[in-house]
Amino acid sequence: MTTITVNNQMVKVDAEADTPLLWVLRDHLGMTGTKFGCGMALCGACTVHVNGAATRSCVLPLSAVAGKSITTIEGLSADRSHAVQKAWLEIDVPQCGYCQSGQIMSAAALLKTNPKPSDADIDAAMSGNICRCGTYPRIRKAIHRAAELLGTGAAK
Amino acid sequence: MKPASDLSRRDFLNATATVGGGLIVALALPGATGASNSAVAAAARAAPAGAAAQSGAQLNAWLKIARDDSVTIIVDRSEMGQGVYTALPMLLAEELNINLDVIKIVAAPVGDAYINPGNGGQVTGTSNSVQDAWDKLRLAGATARTMLIAAAAQRWRVDPATCRAESGTVVNARGKVLTYGELADSAAKQPVPKDVKLKPKNDFQIIGKSRPRIDTPGKLDGSAEFGIDVKLPGMLYAALAQSPVLGGKVTDLDAGTAEKMPGVRKVMITDGGVVVVADHFWQALKARNALAITWDPGPNVRLDDAAIRAMLKKTAAAGDGLSARADGDAAAALKSAKQSLSAAYYLPLLAHATMEPMNCTANVKPDGCDLYVGTQVQQIAQTTAATAAGLSPDQVRVYTTLIGGGFGRRLDIDFIPAAVEASKALRTPVKVIWTREDDMTHDTYRPPAYEEVSGGLDAAGKIVAWKLHITSPSITARMFPPVKGVDDSVIEAAVNNLYDVPNLAVSYSRQEIGIDVGYLRSVSHAPNCFVIESFMDELAAAAGKNPYDFRIEHLAKKPRQRRVLELAAERAGWGKAPAGRHQGIALMEGYTTHVAQVAEVSIAGGDLKVHKIVCVVDCGQMVNPRIVESQIESGIVFGLTAALWGDVNIVGGQVQQTNFNSYRLLRNNELPELDVHLVDSDEAPGGIGEAAVPLVAPALCNAIFAATGKRLRALPIGRQKLS
Repeated sequence: MTTITVNNQMVKVDAEADTPLLWVLRDHLGMTGTKFGCGMALCGACTVHVNGAATRSCVLPLSAVAGKSITTIEGLSADRSHAVQKAWLEIDVPQCGYCQSGQIMSAAALLKTNPKPSDADIDAAMSGNICRCGTYPRIRKAIHRAAELLGTGAAK
Repeated sequence: MKPASDLSRRDFLNATATVGGGLIVALALPGATGASNSAVAAAARAAPAGAAAQSGAQLNAWLKIARDDSVTIIVDRSEMGQGVYTALPMLLAEELNINLDVIKIVAAPVGDAYINPGNGGQVTGTSNSVQDAWDKLRLAGATARTMLIAAAAQRWRVDPATCRAESGTVVNARGKVLTYGELADSAAKQPVPKDVKLKPKNDFQIIGKSRPRIDTPGKLDGSAEFGIDVKLPGMLYAALAQSPVLGGKVTDLDAGTAEKMPGVRKVMITDGGVVVVADHFWQALKARNALAITWDPGPNVRLDDAAIRAMLKKTAAAGDGLSARADGDAAAALKSAKQSLSAAYYLPLLAHATMEPMNCTANVKPDGCDLYVGTQVQQIAQTTAATAAGLSPDQVRVYTTLIGGGFGRRLDIDFIPAAVEASKALRTPVKVIWTREDDMTHDTYRPPAYEEVSGGLDAAGKIVAWKLHITSPSITARMFPPVKGVDDSVIEAAVNNLYDVPNLAVSYSRQEIGIDVGYLRSVSHAPNCFVIESFMDELAAAAGKNPYDFRIEHLAKKPRQRRVLELAAERAGWGKAPAGRHQGIALMEGYTTHVAQVAEVSIAGGDLKVHKIVCVVDCGQMVNPRIVESQIESGIVFGLTAALWGDVNIVGGQVQQTNFNSYRLLRNNELPELDVHLVDSDEAPGGIGEAAVPLVAPALCNAIFAATGKRLRALPIGRQKLS
């Protein structure tokens, strides 16, 4: 049994120590918002926050997150009220939507440390998240919009 | 994909009546909560207990209204990002007079009413979902609205002509109001009206407006349910070992180690390889990697890129093949032309690389099989599962999930049988998930093409002859045999050459390459547009003309196409690129949509930088311009990825690209500036999911020619020397 904290809830997981956090979340805890894309930390579809930092969960073994605090897309907000979610809705970013949990988690982590990112900052923070549908222009717009919402206090 | 049948208006009404009579009445549930388009929830509702608990009325094959006034729209095309879960309901809502926020979406089951005549089956492909739905769903909405009004008029004992439909209610002359929910049961019993009038464009309240996508909220909080997310009680997970050499078969299996690993329930040989079933996917994957399998590699063991290319060239040299179009006498006109030139182009294999790897969940029960799958072909999925389960097709219930990228990959069904076979053997639900490596090395690849093209110019520099000979495998011959004559999906954008050419010949030679090829977003539009639009520039150079002027001179009979080209040139500032930058232009008609692009690039030290892509689109009337715009952006990114890096290499019958480190996809930081302009139009709707893809490669290569004088006749650009 390994104890981890997911979305502010302490849970005990009965899985082999080498099981990637991604599969712990999806198969053991039934939280399928975090996606499997590549299994090699190449595409970012599996991005979650571990102690606040954007992390690829597909290569992170359960043993490495024991006692740590994990936030997934399901825990980003209770009601899609996070600034990134609001901006994503306003700009209508997703197409197929499969990569978007990872995109949103990466964007949320960026804004936490850099509330007013430039295009170059966005490029640097988001280049690890692939979108095959090509929602990139809208992602960029939406991150700027989320920064605005944060700045005006219209979202948390 | 050829039309197999034509759904006439009368057939539509019959289908509507039949379905309304109870055939699929158990499909939709009023007041469903949670993810509005959950396949698992849909299955639960279809179960006898769920069906008994539901209320509300089905008014036709696409519409159900519940007593709580919620409206369930049954969407018969698969949502894979292109926006059908929004655009199709908008068509129906326009005529039904409802607000979009009351709509719940359910994916259609297999049913004759849901056949797409343009594709000859229940198929989401060839960018024609809106074209197919345009009349059909507006008619469905108008028919239902008329029945709701009739029901209200009956209750009030007034003339229906004195009543009107308004935001989900019927209102009469005295101001009395009944909601659709209150009227639904009695409306379903009204006769289906024969002659309903559709609104003229000027009266549209919903169509043509940029409304938010209905499927967006679930894609922001992790609640959207893709195939890979399906979870059923007692479900086990499986990984599949497939032959490393494409087309190989298992000859010997030692599962001794794997079977003893934690959580492993079963190891079995299936049609597609060896499937390992375990309590959790990670366990199944680790056990799969511990299998000792001996493969018979089969006939592809010596297949490589050079062999594939040699096969195509040899067949091309053997003759012109089948004629797809012959205007005038191209051969004679080439001989008598003042100036003529010829070139050969080569296009590589490509992978679909959807972000959601292939997967399928099956639950085989004594009385049938529930199939949860992201598919673009519900009927074929059904018969495939039926064959694997030893059932009849009508015993298989297909629940279509959201699709994490289709691009044509999910027109194939190779990821279905293993899940069905494993579920049948274990008598419990099983979900098979392919890894990225499985997905990349066992795709049904965009076929390669070898294309020879010749053109003749007269003394004034006008094209007098054009001859294009395409040599390529036939996808349709594999997937929808038999193909009589030329496979239509090989000659796209070539057989409808836009330019004014008196002597024009297009022909096709079929050459298979031993591995499965599949439809990839824009199919043969991409290779053919690359060849045609590159060669137009070659001819322009030979004629000593500006590539833009040269095209305009050959578009005298095509005002609509000419207009998009003019607009693109205008927006891009054609001929006025900043110092050090160079432009390339391309034009195409596909899916009855007209597209022009201008790419702006610079090259320094042999390195290409793409600065900007301008894209002008005339797709006729639009349902939701914001979705059109995002699909065009999407197509440009897809085309850019393919043009720059798209290449699948074969060595010893094995695909060399295995993950995103070897199959490079465009990333956020590599995006050029995009300028998308949509032309306002009253023409019939065209397709938008694929139309922008093919022009990127020729526009870029034409810009590279402008910069370097070097003509690229093979893709991807990243594999060619630019200096």
